[in-house]
Amino acid sequence: MRAKHFLTVGALALGMTMAAGAAQSAEYGPGASDTEIKIGNTNPYSGPASAYGTIGNVISAYFDKINKEQGGINGRKINFVTLDDSYSPPKTVEQVRRLVEQEKVLFLFQTLGTPPNTAIHKYMNAKKVPQLFVATGATKWGDPENFPWTMGWQPNYQTEASIYVKWMLENVPDAKIGILYQNDDYGKDYLKGIHDGLGDKAGLIVLEQSYEVADPTVDSQIVNLKNSGANVFFNITTPKFAAQAIKKVADIGWQPVHFLNNVSVSVGAVLTPAGLDNSKGIISTLYAKDPTDPTFADDPAMKRWREFMAEYYPKGNLASSFNVYGYGVAQTLVQVLRQAGDVLTRENIMKQAANLQDLEIDTLLPGITISTSATDFRPIEAMQLTKFDGTTWVPFGPIISAPGS
Amino acid sequence: MVVNADLPPPAAADSAGFTNFIALYRRPIAIFGLVALACLLPFLVSDFRTFQLTLALAYMMALLGLNLVTGYNGQFSLGHGAFFAVGAYATAVMMDRWGVPYYLTIVPAGFITLIVGFLVGLPASRLEGLYLALATFGLALSMPPILKKFEGLTGGVQGIVLIKPDPPFGLPLSADQWLYFFTLAILLVLFWLAWNLLRGRTGRSIVAIRDHHVAAEAMGVNTTLNKALIFGVSGFFTGVGGAVFAIAIQFVAPDSFTLFLSITLLVGSVVGGIASLSGAIYGGVFIVFIPNFANDISQAAPWAIYGIFLIAFMYLMPNGIAGFISLAWRWIGRILLTRT
Repeated sequence: MRAKHFLTVGALALGMTMAAGAAQSAEYGPGASDTEIKIGNTNPYSGPASAYGTIGNVISAYFDKINKEQGGINGRKINFVTLDDSYSPPKTVEQVRRLVEQEKVLFLFQTLGTPPNTAIHKYMNAKKVPQLFVATGATKWGDPENFPWTMGWQPNYQTEASIYVKWMLENVPDAKIGILYQNDDYGKDYLKGIHDGLGDKAGLIVLEQSYEVADPTVDSQIVNLKNSGANVFFNITTPKFAAQAIKKVADIGWQPVHFLNNVSVSVGAVLTPAGLDNSKGIISTLYAKDPTDPTFADDPAMKRWREFMAEYYPKGNLASSFNVYGYGVAQTLVQVLRQAGDVLTRENIMKQAANLQDLEIDTLLPGITISTSATDFRPIEAMQLTKFDGTTWVPFGPIISAPGS
Repeated sequence: MVVNADLPPPAAADSAGFTNFIALYRRPIAIFGLVALACLLPFLVSDFRTFQLTLALAYMMALLGLNLVTGYNGQFSLGHGAFFAVGAYATAVMMDRWGVPYYLTIVPAGFITLIVGFLVGLPASRLEGLYLALATFGLALSMPPILKKFEGLTGGVQGIVLIKPDPPFGLPLSADQWLYFFTLAILLVLFWLAWNLLRGRTGRSIVAIRDHHVAAEAMGVNTTLNKALIFGVSGFFTGVGGAVFAIAIQFVAPDSFTLFLSITLLVGSVVGGIASLSGAIYGGVFIVFIPNFANDISQAAPWAIYGIFLIAFMYLMPNGIAGFISLAWRWIGRILLTRT
C-alpha cells in the first residue's frame, strides 16, 4: 500500500516535471521549429499579370532584411517559399497544395489575385491553414464567421465606395449620381458599397452604366450619363477605361463632381494619357504613401523604405506603388509573428493576426493604422480623400474610417 | 514464330518458348503492367502527388481527343483549351447550380462538348492547315470573355467553387485516391473507345482524309461530315477531360482556360507523339510534371528551362515520346525473336 502510494506520488511528480518542461519549451505547428518559420506564397511571376510579381520579390527582400539584421523573429529565421502560379487558378491550387502538403508551411501569406484566392478559399479553411493578408481588394475576405482562416489586408472596394458616399452626402447638396462600372466582381463590389453607403438615399442615383473589359470604348456610356442630368460621377473603372472616361467627360463639357476609384489613381498610366488638365479636380482616395509624392521626400519612414530598397532590392522600381505595398504588408506580418512569440501554431497565428491594435506601418498615410479583432478581419479600413491638382494628388480633409467600422 | 519455327533447339525449348511468349505478347503485357502500375501508384506516393497524377490523367483525356483530330485526321486545332473549358463548366454548372452528383455529370459534359465540337467542326472542315489553326485559335481566345459574359450561369470572373467528392461505400481511400481511381477508370474506357474507333472502317476513313482527302473522297468517304464528326468526337474526349479536371481542382474560372492552355495541350500532344494513342499518356505526364521540374531547377527562369526541355525532346524524339518508344519496342522484339 505504502509502496503503491509512493509510486503514485513519484509518477505524479514526474508527470508534473514533464508538463512544466513542455510549458517552458515552445509549441509548434507544421513548418515551425526552434530555428525557422516556413511561410508559403504564390505570385504571378510569369504570364499576363506578371507585373504584380514584384510584390513577391519585395516581400522576399524584406524577410532577408529581417533575417540578416535581426536574426529573424524571436530567434527564428523566416523561410519564405514563394511559387509562380501565373495567375492561373488551377496552378494556384496545385502550388498551394504543394506548399501545404509537401513543403508543410505554417501558413500562406499574400497569395495574389481574386480568382486564385477564390480557388483555394475552401481548401484553406477545410485544412485550417491560415490564408493571411491576401493581395486582393475584394470584400469577401473579411468574413470571420464563415471563413475563419482567411484575412485580407488592404481596404476593400466596398469600404472605399462608402467613404466617397459619406463625403458626398456631407458636401454635395442636391446630388444626382451617375455611375460607370466594370461589369464583373470588382465593379459590382464597388456598386454594392455605393448602394450600402447611400442606404435609403439610393434614389439619388439617376443612372448606372456598365461596360465589359472587352469593350473598345466607354464613350456612349459617358454621353448617356451626362444626358441623365447627373452632377456626381462615380468612375469605377480600370486604368485603360478610366483614361477614356476622363477624356470623354472633358470633351463633351460635362462638369460633375468626379470620383475616381483607387484602382486607377496612377498619374503615369491613367491621368497623363487622359490629359492632366482634364484630370484636374478629380477626387480619389489613398491609404498608402505615394512614393513619388514630394511631401514624403523627408519622411523618415519613407527614407527607411528607400534605404531598404537600395540595399535589399536594388532592381526594384522606386516609383512603383507595388513595392511600397509589399513592404507594408510584410511589416504587418512581422508584427503578427512577434506577437505569436513561441507559440507558432496555426491557431495562434490566426489569433494574433486578429489581435492587432493600432499598428503603425511605415508606408501607410499618417493617421492610418491597422486594427483587427476576432470579429473584424479587415486590417485597413481608413483612407484619406485626395484631389488631383493638375500635377499631383493632394490629400485633403481628415482620415475617414469606413462607416460602421 | 512462323519464321523462326524450325530454329529453336529442343534443349532450349522452355526458355525459348518463354522469350517467344514475351516477344509476341509484349504489347498486352506492357498494357497490363502499365495499368497495374497505375493502380499501385496512389498507394506509393503522397496525396498531393496523387492529385497531380489525377490532373495528368485529365490532361491525357484531352490529349487523346487532340491526337484523334490533329494526329489521325490532320486537322490542326489550337482551340482545344476551349473544349476543355466547356466540359469543365458543364460539370461545374450541373454540380453547383442543379445539384447533380459529380459522377452523373461526366457523360453529359462529354456530349455537350461533342455538340460544340461538331458545330465548330462543320465550318472548320472547309478550312485547311493554317487557316483552321487560326480559326480554332480564335475560339480559344474568345472563351474567357464568353464565360464572363454569361454570369448568371457561369458565375462570371468569380467562377464556381465545387465540393470534393468523398470515396463511396466507406472505401478506405482518401478523397484524392478515390478521385484518381475514378479518373483512371474513365481514362481506360476512353482509350478503349478511341482504339475501337480507329480500328474499323471509320478509323480508316479518318486517316485516309488526312493522307489524301481527294483520294478519300473519290473512294466515297464523306470528308465534310467525317471531319466535323471527328471534331465532335475529339470534343467529347476533351470535354470529359475538362469535367474531371474541374472536379479535381474544385474550381472553375475564366482565367483557368486561357489561350495558354490550348498551347499547352498542343505541346503535350506533340511531345507525347501526336499520331498515336499512347502519346496521350506521355503528353499528360509532360504537361503536369515538366513545368514543376523546370521550376525546381531554376526559380529565376523556369520557362527558359522548360523551353530547353522542349527543344531537347523535339530534337531527340522527332516523332514524340511514343514514336521513340515504339522504335525501342520493335528493337526489343527483334532482339528477343532473333535470340530464339
